[in-house]
Formats: sequence, C-alpha cells, structure tokens
Amino acid sequence: MMTSQQKLETILSRYEGVAADLIPVLQDVQDEFNYLPKDELKIVAGRLQVSLTRVYSVATFFKMFSLEPRGKHLIRVCLGTACHLRGGQHLVETVGRRLNVEPGHATEDLQFSLETVGCLGSCAQAPLMMIDAKYFGRMAVDKVPKILKPYKQ
Amino acid sequence: MPKFESMNHLEEYRGRLLSSRNPQEPQVLVCGGPGCLPVGSEEVAAAFQAELKQRGLNGKVVLKESGCQGLCAKAVKVMFRPQEIAYQQVTAEDVPEIVEETLVKGKIIDKFCYQDPDDGSVKAYKSKVPFYQGQRLIVLGKMDLIDPTSLDDYLAAGGYQALQKVFDGMSPEAVIDAVERSGLRGRGGGGFPTGRKWRLCRQAPGDIKYLICNGDEGDPGAFMDRAVMEGDPHAVLEGMIIGAYAIGAIQGYIYVRHEYPLAVKRLALAIDQARDAGLLGADLLGSGFSFDVKISKGAGAFVCGEETALIASMEGDIGEPHPRPPYPAVAGLWGKPTVINNVETWANIPAIMSHGPEWYAAIGTENSKGTKVFSLVGAVNHTGLVEVPMGTTLRQMVYDLGGGIRGGGEFKAVQTGGPSGGCIPKQFLDLPVDYDSLQSVGSIMGSGGMIVMDETSCMVDVARYFLSFLHDESCGKCTPCREGTKHLLEILTEITNGNGTEEHIPLMEELCDAMAAASLCGLGQSAVNPVLSTLKYFREEYEAHIREKKCPALVCRPLLKYTVDPETCTGCLACVRECPADAIHGEAAEPHLIDQELCVKCGMCHAVCKFDAVKVES
Repeated sequence: MMTSQQKLETILSRYEGVAADLIPVLQDVQDEFNYLPKDELKIVAGRLQVSLTRVYSVATFFKMFSLEPRGKHLIRVCLGTACHLRGGQHLVETVGRRLNVEPGHATEDLQFSLETVGCLGSCAQAPLMMIDAKYFGRMAVDKVPKILKPYKQ
Repeated sequence: MPKFESMNHLEEYRGRLLSSRNPQEPQVLVCGGPGCLPVGSEEVAAAFQAELKQRGLNGKVVLKESGCQGLCAKAVKVMFRPQEIAYQQVTAEDVPEIVEETLVKGKIIDKFCYQDPDDGSVKAYKSKVPFYQGQRLIVLGKMDLIDPTSLDDYLAAGGYQALQKVFDGMSPEAVIDAVERSGLRGRGGGGFPTGRKWRLCRQAPGDIKYLICNGDEGDPGAFMDRAVMEGDPHAVLEGMIIGAYAIGAIQGYIYVRHEYPLAVKRLALAIDQARDAGLLGADLLGSGFSFDVKISKGAGAFVCGEETALIASMEGDIGEPHPRPPYPAVAGLWGKPTVINNVETWANIPAIMSHGPEWYAAIGTENSKGTKVFSLVGAVNHTGLVEVPMGTTLRQMVYDLGGGIRGGGEFKAVQTGGPSGGCIPKQFLDLPVDYDSLQSVGSIMGSGGMIVMDETSCMVDVARYFLSFLHDESCGKCTPCREGTKHLLEILTEITNGNGTEEHIPLMEELCDAMAAASLCGLGQSAVNPVLSTLKYFREEYEAHIREKKCPALVCRPLLKYTVDPETCTGCLACVRECPADAIHGEAAEPHLIDQELCVKCGMCHAVCKFDAVKVES
C-alpha cells in the first residue's frame, strides 16, 4: 500500500516538472485520489514551480476538477442540446432526488457523485447518462431506480 | 508488424497483407460507435464471440467491432461483409438466431433489416437504405469496414497510401498547393481555408513549428469528431503527418476532451502502433522527415475549442483566449508558429492527397468544397451520423436521410452550429447547406451538430438553454461576454418564468449588438445567435410568453398547469409516489388530484403516468 506521498511522487516522476505539466498532473492526481486534496496541490505547486494561486485558478476553471472528495461512483447526466430537448433536466432531478444529492456534489456516504455534462457525445440516444464508464442511453425517469440499484453498496 | 524502413517496405507488407486476406471471407462487424455503445453493443459483440466459438466458427467468420455505422436510431447495428447486409436493432439475445440463419444458412432475416415505412419493403443491403443513399462517405468511408484498433485493417483499406504519395516526390509547397486547390475549409466551424492557414504557418519564420488536432468537440449535440477519433484514428494521424510535412512541424498534439475516454484510448493505441511501424518518430519511412504526436487531454472547458484558449490550456494555464492577431499560424504554442485544425479537417487530408484536389473540389458548392459530417439528432426518425456533399438541402437531410419527423410531428426548426449557431425555420428547408448559406440565415455551419426540432420544442426555452450553457462556459475575461451572457440569461429566464415584459425584447437586441461587436473571442461574439435567430423567426413565441404568459410548446414549467383527468386515471398511485412535492393526493383505484398550490411543475407525474391521464396545458 503506497502512502499519499508515494502516490504523488509516482505521478510527478512521469513529468518533466515544468509549468506546462500542470493540467496533466492535476488530472493524474484526481485519477489517483478521486479529487484534488489541498496538501497534494501545495506539493504540486512547489514541484512545478508555479504559484499556489495559479494551481487553484486552473483547478477551479476546468469542470473536471473537484476540490472536494467525490463519491465512489460518478454519475454524469448529459445536458447537451438533444438531451435537453428529450428531458435531460428531468433525468438529473430524478437521480438527485433518488440519491438525495445536488448536481456538483457527493452523497453523504460518498457512494455517488452527481454531475451534469455539457455533452457526452451520444446524442442520438438522448437523454443519456453515464455511471463511471458505462453509458445508459434512451433514458427515462422511471428507469432510474433499477439502474441505480446495483451501484448502491 | 515490422518497423517500415522505406515506402517500398510498407508497400511490400501491404501486398502480402492483401494476398493473405480472402475478400470473400465472411465478416461480422458490430457497431461500437457513440450511438450503439449506450444501447448494448458490447454485449452484442460478446454474444457473437461466444456463439461463433460454440459453433466452431472461429477462424471461419471474422468478428470485428467497428466504428460508427451511422444509423444510430436503429442501434445496435451489425454489418455483414462482403455482402454489405446491414442489420439493425440487434440485441445479444438475437445473436444465436442470426448466426444460425444468416451466417450458417445464408438467409436474410427480415425483422433485422430496414423496412420502408411507406410500403413495408425490406431493405437488407446498405446501398438500398434511404439513410445511406444521398450520402457521400469520405471521412466516414472506413467506419463500417475496419476494426479501428487494427493498423493492418487500415493498411488493407489503403491507409497511409496518401502519405506514401506525398513522400514520393511531392514538395511541402506542392502539398499546400494541393490542399489549397481542393478548397478544403476548416471543419471546426470557422471555415478558414486550410491551405492558406498551412501556407501562413510554413512561411512564418522559425525552425520549430507545431501542429495541433483540435478534438475538443464541445458543441452540445455534436459527436462527429468523437466518432472519427474512435472509429478511424489512423486517418487523423495520417492527415496530421502530411500536414506536418507540409508546414515543417516537428511535434503534433491531439487535444481531446476528457469526456471522450474511448477516443483517448483509441488514439493512444494508434499513436503507439504508428510509432512501432515507423510511421511516427525519426526518419518516417526513410524519408528523412521526423514527426511525433502526443495526446493532450482537455479538462472540461467549452472555450478551449477556441484556438488561443486551447493553446493557453496546453501551456498549463486557464483556458482564456487571447486577442488575434497574432494568429497561431504565426505565434501559437510556446510562441511558435502553430497550425490548428479540427479532427474532421485532418481526416479529409488523406483522401484529398490520394484522389487529388480536383476530385475533391468537384464535390460541393462554389465556396464550400467536399463533404461535411453532421450529427443529425433530435426529432427525426433516423438519428445518426451522416456525411453529405456540401450543398445538400436541409429538406434532404431531415426528410430523405432523417426519415422525417418522429411520431409524424411537424417540423419547427433545425439548430446548427451549437451554442454559436442559430435556429433555422421551415421557410429555409430548401436551403443548400454550406458555410455561406447558413450564415446568410443567421446561423453558422459550426462543427456539424444538426438538431431537428418539432412543435414540442419551445424556442424561447432553446435560447435560454444555450445562454445558460454559454454563461456557464464564458471564461469571464472580457466584460461584454461575461456580463452579456449573464444578463441575456436573466432576461430569458424571466420570460420563461412568465415575468417577461415588452421592454425585454429591445433590451436583448441591444445587448446582442454590444456583445457581437465587443467580445474578445468567438464564444461571446456568436453567443447572440441563438437569441437573435429565435427572435427573428419565432418572435410570436416570445410574445406568447410575455403577453399571454403561455408556452405554446408546453415546455416552460412556470407557465404550465398539470391536472389529472379523472376519467382516464386508474388510481395506480405511480404519480403520488413520484411527486417530489407531495402535491398529489389520492387513494388506490381512485382518481388522483393535483394540489396546484403545492405543484412545482416538475413534470414527473406526466412522465411516470402509464395511462396518459396527466394533462398539461399552458
């Protein structure tokens, strides 16, 4: 079992340690830790020789980064144009209500995070959602409970 | 796969490869494209694998997972070669029957074939299906032919022959001349002539030049580039290598949005394969030319589709655009001359080089040459990915390819160009689609999203939707865009909430003028298009919201009233259980009643009612 510091060192060892590596390093940190922990961000800033404000600016500018711990399963509900027209908003509300979570946040038990996405790129099967790497197309609000079930513990 | 030392070496390999393959060998290609994946294509492919193995057909029938086969509405698609039989709506449970009947006995099963809705005739062969007739497949040509994870498949289909032709005696200037003569314009939306961009970059002083493939397909409602990156990644690479040779670039990058994990995976595999085969790296095919490609993953920002913002994020900064000039072709990544083209633009290059610029320029219209890939989605029967010659009319796309409006409904508008585009009404259905014509009606070509809307779409809500998207995605650097999108969104929200006033329309028009004139980049300049185009063509819908407090399309929630029809209601309690506001009262087997005071108009009762007993009015 690697410590947090070892995990971070493994990530940093893959890069040259220049400012341009900031976004890919943050992506790797998020992949590894599931969010961007504050202590790790401080180390990243030091090693890439960029200010902590710049790290924070990048981490808050881009949608994929989370400064809060995220749930074990990431639910992404598409709100692209085709999904919007086919009830994507109803879908995200239903999922949120079922799990008692607002989009952009994680459930209390950290089992799920709920996010909305600009477009997942499977517009012909709107409305669409993803749980982790699995797509669920042609969704309807009444399909939600059955789909969520296997992911609940 | 050997490392090719020379063009002859590659050609010998290709020859051996082709002679080792039997063109009559039966092949099953299960579509693994963006449309079929969410509907279970992996399960279908696994079922074929298991069934073929069980029947001892391994080695006799070739099974492949292909890129997007186009007709997403009929997912999961399966193609049988060499006959080009196109099956549709295949599930894993259907596979044993299909293997038995079609592969073993050679019989076509009608129920898996496209059926003409008019006369019920069965169209088993791809060439007979109306969706594919009228298309001209250049970029999507290999989608249902190859396994995108196989370099051998790409080579067998003529891949990297364009590169050989370029290395075989074409100077970089000759390549640029050819691209210029082809008339190819940028497929990302701007429509800048590709050859001219390359020439500017080649002529820019400096030894170090870069090349970027923009795969940050951010327009909601568009998945053309995703399909190409996932379905034919080597075509993108081949285009990039040819471009790099033409401009003298040493390093290329493919910028892919992180929402496309499979595209990242396929491109990474293709890059590794190309490197191992000597098609990337030092001294490609013994030509003396060296070039390599890296993937740069986006982190989720629509504005990064704008080239200067994209470059800023590749340099490790937030994705804020910069004023142009200088253009990236002169001062781009790390301040070096950089060519940025979109995925589809790069994927066109090999075909242009192989067939010649005159061949390409003969397709399309006066100022828009070649084909364009569109994601045809929304309220049409045949949603999917299409590639048509420039100049194809909207009517052809909606009715001939798209099979008309879903549910026999009425066409209302087609939205092109994503959040930077506009809504085009019925009177322009016969408009030939190209860069100039779309602009002339207040929209843009954009990257190729084409969202068809029927009478169930509210155009004020559509404008509000896009402004909400743009307000969220505006980087905040320049005031006209940051504040303009905010105020437009606020006004549109007021109107859709039933609080609109007569002053709102002229106020929006004034805001739009200022934003279009003063915003720093395309995001803010074109953010006005969804508003202006709907105001221009659907003003009566705005007026209904403002004056009568009604939403004719029954979309804007605060203007709706939900009631239960006591005659139809069976008292099943489904709506009572689902109502988030506990606004529905009723006992089992008794008609339910909605408390209008408590109702939050979320539409949940309407969605869950199996008996169509929940009525909506405005």
